[in-house]
Amino acid sequence: MNRRLGALLLLMATQASAEIPEAERRSGYHDMGASVQAMQDDDMANPAMLWVLDGEKLWAQRQGAAGRSCADCHGEPSRMTGVAVRYPAFSESASRPISLDQRINQCRTEQQKAPAFDYESRELLSLSALVAMQSREHKIAPPDDPRLRTFLEAGAATFNRRQGQLNLSCAQCHEDNRGKRLAGATIPQAHPTGYPIYRLEWQSLGSLQRRLRNCLIGMRAEPYAYGAPDYVALELYLMKRAAGMPFEAPGVRP
Amino acid sequence: MLVAALVAPALAQDARRAYVVEDDAIRESLTGKPGDAERGRAIVGNRQVGLCLLCHAGPFPEERFQGNLAPDLSGAGSRWSEGQLRLRIVDAASLNPATIMPPYYRTEGLDRVARSFAEKPIFSAEQIEDVIAYLRTLRD
Ligand code: HEC
Ligand code: HEC
Ligand code: HEC
Repeated sequence: MNRRLGALLLLMATQASAEIPEAERRSGYHDMGASVQAMQDDDMANPAMLWVLDGEKLWAQRQGAAGRSCADCHGEPSRMTGVAVRYPAFSESASRPISLDQRINQCRTEQQKAPAFDYESRELLSLSALVAMQSREHKIAPPDDPRLRTFLEAGAATFNRRQGQLNLSCAQCHEDNRGKRLAGATIPQAHPTGYPIYRLEWQSLGSLQRRLRNCLIGMRAEPYAYGAPDYVALELYLMKRAAGMPFEAPGVRP
Repeated sequence: MLVAALVAPALAQDARRAYVVEDDAIRESLTGKPGDAERGRAIVGNRQVGLCLLCHAGPFPEERFQGNLAPDLSGAGSRWSEGQLRLRIVDAASLNPATIMPPYYRTEGLDRVARSFAEKPIFSAEQIEDVIAYLRTLRD
């Protein structure tokens, strides 16, 4: 009886949700109040710019045993234009897709010969905010790379699978109930258009993985470890879902 | 909908009581006693404990933020019998497999539950009965 019930529930858990038609896609920016929008629109008011300034300093600093700065190899930060909108991307050395944060850390360890920055550290967020900002208003453009296919499929499966004590899937909120109110919060469509974001609730900058972690904790599901392939696969799928949408990093969210 | 005599397994680690589903209802109190409506109201109104107001609105004038993912709870006590309400809270998916309403008294068939909640139902049997007692008071 219970085995059968379990199998039935598993079947239900993989039920497809209603995907969002392209014409109805919208950034979470449009689901927030005018005062938070104004904060994102004005670089003088956007608290994320403090991290970007730190990022500019780090960009120019010679670090690690190699004594090289990001600038020594890459030149001006503007040379990173169009990079963030095509991450996660496949890494030959890792044999799997890696996030932008992981790409930056690859240069830390392999090029600068310096220890990797911790996930969510001020340094890593500052550099990723600086790199991401160079792609503002570019369209999200996931690489058309056949090596990514199985990872994309894994991300899609995670997005559509019920998890946690509350037995909810990402899609049930972000597709089936998008635009409705979960207590005080309007449920956005979960497009990763603005990451890293300054979140008022965090009083800090944070990565997309930190945002996903918050949702998993809300579902009472076990969060993945930062940098886990499961998160990268989810990121990959979210970018694919949002392909063609304009990038707005560093965003501000409630 | 007929769900014949589904009996929750008595797992060693948790104190879940067995119950019997007849048609679309669980007739018997899980504790053998009626619950306390006042405590039930406090549970339903608490967004961390009951979670109900994340999705539902209800007669809680003091709660500014209420959800609109689900029907207003007002009048639930006249729309549904006590037994129907009990099955709804215990395992809403047994009534509607596609529902987003969480199973409040089921632990099997769940995936990747956070360690701190593993093998625990959302509510204790006492909390289920308190919530039922409260919902029964929502006549209009
Ligand atoms: C119970 C509903 C619910 C579930 C389930 C849920 N989320 Fe969310 N999610 C929200 C809400 C509400 C917000 C906005 C929070 C706020 O503004 O305070 C949000 C925000 C987000 C954002 C940020 C969007 C932006 O504009 O920056 C992303 C991305 C996201 N969720 C992805 C996910 C993923 C992936 C999952 C599954 C692992 C998931 N969510 C599960 C309700 C949910
Ligand atoms: C010693 C030279 C060197 C240093 C120092 C260095 N990088 Fe790199 N970086 C590279 C090379 C080489 C690549 C690969 C270029 C390619 O694939 O076209 C690369 C690639 C990247 C990419 C991916 C670009 C893309 O198009 O996908 C990012 C992002 C990046 N570096 C950021 C940084 C940051 C941030 C720093 C400083 C912390 C840094 N790099 C330091 C040499 C360096
Ligand atoms: C994640 C969202 C969610 C949460 C949390 C939730 N529900 Fe529901 N509930 C629903 C939805 C959606 C329905 C509509 C019927 C369905 O989907 O099966 C529903 C239906 C109901 C109904 C029957 C509706 C009617 O016609 O009167 C009752 C009663 C009910 N819920 C009570 C509760 C109580 C009490 C709680 C808290 C202990 C709760 N729900 C928590 C989503 C939720």
